[in-house]
Amino acid sequence: MEKRVTFRGWLLPLVLIAPQVIISAVFFFYPAAQAIWQSLFIPDPFGLSSQFVGLGNFEFLLSDKFYRASFLTTAIFSTLVTLCSMIPALFLAVIADRLIKGSGAYRTLLIWPYAVAPAVAGVLWLFMFNTRVGVISWYLSQLGYEWNHVLNGTEAMGLVVVASAWGRISYNFLFFFAALQSVPRSVIEAAAIDGAHFWRRFFTIVLPLLSPTAFFLLVVNVVYSFFETFGVIHTITGGGPQQATTILVYKVFSDGFVGQDLGSSSAQSVILLIVVGLLTVIQFKYVEKRVHY
Amino acid sequence: MNKHILGALAVSTALSPVMAMAQTEVQFWHAFTGRLGELVKAQVEEFNASQSEYVIVESHKGNYSETLNAGIAAFRAGEQPHILMVFEVGTATMMSAEGAIKPVHQVMAESGASFDPDAYIGSVKGYYTTTDGDMLSLPFNSSTPVLWVNRDAMQAAGVDPDTDLSTWEKVGDVLDQLKAGGEECPLVTAWQSWIHLENFSAYHDVPFASQDNGFAGLDTELMLNSPAQVAHLTAMGDWAKDGKFIYTGRRNEGGANFRAGECALFTESSAGYAGISSEAEFEFDVRPLPYWEALTAEPQNTIIGGASLWVMEGHEADEYKGVGEFLSFLSSANVQADWHQNTGYLPITAEAGVVTRDSGFYDSNPGTDIAVIQMTAKEPTANSKGLRLGSFDQIRGIIDEELEAVWSGDKTAQEAMDSAKERGDSLLRRFESANQ
Repeated sequence: MEKRVTFRGWLLPLVLIAPQVIISAVFFFYPAAQAIWQSLFIPDPFGLSSQFVGLGNFEFLLSDKFYRASFLTTAIFSTLVTLCSMIPALFLAVIADRLIKGSGAYRTLLIWPYAVAPAVAGVLWLFMFNTRVGVISWYLSQLGYEWNHVLNGTEAMGLVVVASAWGRISYNFLFFFAALQSVPRSVIEAAAIDGAHFWRRFFTIVLPLLSPTAFFLLVVNVVYSFFETFGVIHTITGGGPQQATTILVYKVFSDGFVGQDLGSSSAQSVILLIVVGLLTVIQFKYVEKRVHY
Repeated sequence: MNKHILGALAVSTALSPVMAMAQTEVQFWHAFTGRLGELVKAQVEEFNASQSEYVIVESHKGNYSETLNAGIAAFRAGEQPHILMVFEVGTATMMSAEGAIKPVHQVMAESGASFDPDAYIGSVKGYYTTTDGDMLSLPFNSSTPVLWVNRDAMQAAGVDPDTDLSTWEKVGDVLDQLKAGGEECPLVTAWQSWIHLENFSAYHDVPFASQDNGFAGLDTELMLNSPAQVAHLTAMGDWAKDGKFIYTGRRNEGGANFRAGECALFTESSAGYAGISSEAEFEFDVRPLPYWEALTAEPQNTIIGGASLWVMEGHEADEYKGVGEFLSFLSSANVQADWHQNTGYLPITAEAGVVTRDSGFYDSNPGTDIAVIQMTAKEPTANSKGLRLGSFDQIRGIIDEELEAVWSGDKTAQEAMDSAKERGDSLLRRFESANQ
């Protein structure tokens, strides 16, 4: 029979989960409830009066073709950020894992970018690609390519994706690296004796064993690209040119804190909440089936 | 800079227990850093030293948008300052906030401080005054766009630096010559919507929005897609396509290019003077903003940008008395004349202009009076009094996006402005329903 450790009373378990529950309540449930409540009103900025509009804010948003377009922008952005931060991280982890000597040094160096705040990372990349004084844009112009992310939407998107993914590579690298360490050597050696070359071993043995980590990182990175990339967008493009890099979370900020339109901003937060919730459900329902624990 | 703030904080905290007995404290939140921040601090110190009843405590709250947000958040929490600096774009938001603001004319009347609404320059005052002539906020820093010329760059491209640049037709010819002469950045601009649409409309006496640009009511609609604006933007779009107008960004990014000597012509606020005069290592001069001869025989006045000081509701009567004294001090001729000469901002009273002229400042700094003349040469019309639109910060964002579509050639000027009108109008309707 399965051996279970159980608590004798109710009090201790309650006390033990209380911090987590309180933190979730204060920092998540309360603000989320506030956002849902406020999304039903058009308030004036000073909170002097407020007009109940029911689902009017949602109707206003969803009838705006620029808002609808920002769903597509967000989808493209998130997909690119997730891919650009996971694939290089996996590659680097595999390479670092093969090192016998000095992997500690590589590991340390590869982790550094994670310590850089998104807004600062944004400024760093902006300086490198600045159309006037940027080092990289200067080299590009020497090669005959005129870099101008101020007017070219594709270049702007590329730049914010790279700046957002850069620091994230470190985070993903750490997880992949740790996961690689736990792949049993004996299995790999057996395959090697059978004549499987490196990449074959990687795709048939290592990758399936990494799938739980990869799945976890997928969920975390999608959430990251939806919410935490705000600082990068704000410092590099401000959502432009035109609306090329206006992702959903950036619009929440600009309508709420620049435009003082708290009703619309709250409604957008609610929509964002629903979108990310749905995405996570989909990931758990469909993607997780392919994960081998 | 930070050290100064810390120092000031330390001093004010150390002194406050003693001073609180006798002095009334007045909070003043502003958006200035660097040189401008120092000048504001100096004004406050001068006022504090000039009397012993009140002490003004100034604090920097971030850029314009952040300062406005800080003020709004503080009001919601019941912690609002007495005086809040709000940029001109936030004017309609503040005006509609009845119950959060105390109109300046009322503050002045109650405080008994000297206040003569007629002393202020009409085109500056008009922006912050009701249609009945009551001043709601005190104009503080006001500037207007002018044309900055890099004379060395003109010379290098083989163009006479003294060429007449009074009209866009003539500027167009000069741009051709500059381009032909090898200039890579003939024209650059800052604040594109403010200069090339808002000021453009006032300068050519065409409406930017209905209902007297929003002064006559909240049921206003944008009119920036009329033939005059479209003609100008079409020309600018063509210049952009030919590499004669270089787009650098939505704010004043172009200033860096111009100050580094990389561009020949630059449309920017008169308040660019402080930066250009200290950084430019080339001969420059200031010209009036060009106009289209085809559209008007003689231009109207331009309008202002900048900020005004709003007094917030919810404080004690004797504190408002201090506010009144401080605002009256700020409007005095000498304070204004210094401010005008140091920053390139306009003097807000006619008298400050006279003091500056008499001191010989305009003679030793040629061109610094162009902005003043451009603003005051003509009595403002309904189209050139200013703009008063709700959600204007967001509308400017929309205009920026649409203009970028023109500069990149994705849309014609007409398509872009039609779209800007449609999108802007829907925000104006929202603002109208939120403030009924």
